[in-house]
Amino acid sequence: MSLVSEERSVRADQLSGFAGVEDYWALLKPRVMSLVVFTGLVGIVRAPGDIHPVIGFVALLCIAIGAGAAGALNMWWDADIDARMDRTRGRPIPAGRVEPGEAMVYGLFLSVASVLMLGLLVGVLAGALLAFTIFFYAVVYSMWLKRATPQNIVIGGAAGALPPVIGWAAVTGNVSLEPLLLFALIFIWTPPHFWALALLKKRDYERAGVPMLPNVAGDDETRRQIWLYSLLLAPLGAAPFALGMTGWLYGAISIVLGVLFLVFAWQVYRKREGDAAERAAKHLFAYSILYLFLLFAVLLVEGMAR
Amino acid sequence: MNAMSDDKGVVLTEAQKKSRKRRSLAIALVLAFLCVLFYVVTIVKLGPNVMKKGDVPAITVVS
Repeated sequence: MSLVSEERSVRADQLSGFAGVEDYWALLKPRVMSLVVFTGLVGIVRAPGDIHPVIGFVALLCIAIGAGAAGALNMWWDADIDARMDRTRGRPIPAGRVEPGEAMVYGLFLSVASVLMLGLLVGVLAGALLAFTIFFYAVVYSMWLKRATPQNIVIGGAAGALPPVIGWAAVTGNVSLEPLLLFALIFIWTPPHFWALALLKKRDYERAGVPMLPNVAGDDETRRQIWLYSLLLAPLGAAPFALGMTGWLYGAISIVLGVLFLVFAWQVYRKREGDAAERAAKHLFAYSILYLFLLFAVLLVEGMAR
Repeated sequence: MNAMSDDKGVVLTEAQKKSRKRRSLAIALVLAFLCVLFYVVTIVKLGPNVMKKGDVPAITVVS
């Protein structure tokens, strides 16, 4: 009898449904969430008008929970893909620590809760924008685009670009040119950022059957597209200054950072073989994160100094 | 009888019991945090006048 119990206990240990708190935290994609919170905060700080700090905190919390919910739904839908990629096979669902259905209910519950909280406690427009963001990421990007077209991350990038608009709407109750410019900045930044990673993880994506641009159109075409998007991104980064929305500090930094972005993208375009090509893609990927972070950090500092 | 049960019911390992306890604690903390948050937001939404006492208008009896 004891032998049977012991054997069953061991089997129970191997079954899913006994996840730790950290697994539920991991389902929220905390690294993506931190970027979303940061850009959402910039939207709140840059917006004209006052918001009570507690209400501002609630807005940020809801944006964070909503982004996390979308991440959990994405992990539920993409569990089969994640299991085939080195980068993602340790995630809670493919690793067997969380049941797919659990992740779906968790994501849906947090989606509804975050949208209701934001809509009722902060503002209807902000709540509606958050609902659209979650829908766009979980349904339009994850379910429709990701496995269907190499333009997946181009169009899907809209979901990641919306948080500053939500932050702005939380304060003002409307949307104007500046938050749309911040949206455009993240939207145009997304393709060169993700395609640099896709160049490095091409085999992973191939194994998973995800039609990323390098797998469908080849490395050379991807490098060309990265270069073209970078040519758009550099002036767009400086556009808030050119349109008189920011001070000289942002203007100077955005121009320098934009030129550096072009340098890194040019390296990717030129170096097409061996270790040098891989290094160039790695550098662009790493720099693209720093680029967006620094631009928004300066926007935040200038916004707080006003 | 499912794979995880015997005559005594579901048998959990010590690690599973610890994991369940941590999950329960996390849920309790989140609920407590939400209670405090909704209370504070209610006070903020009502505005500073909600804290004032003694401003109740006097009742006048009209004969």
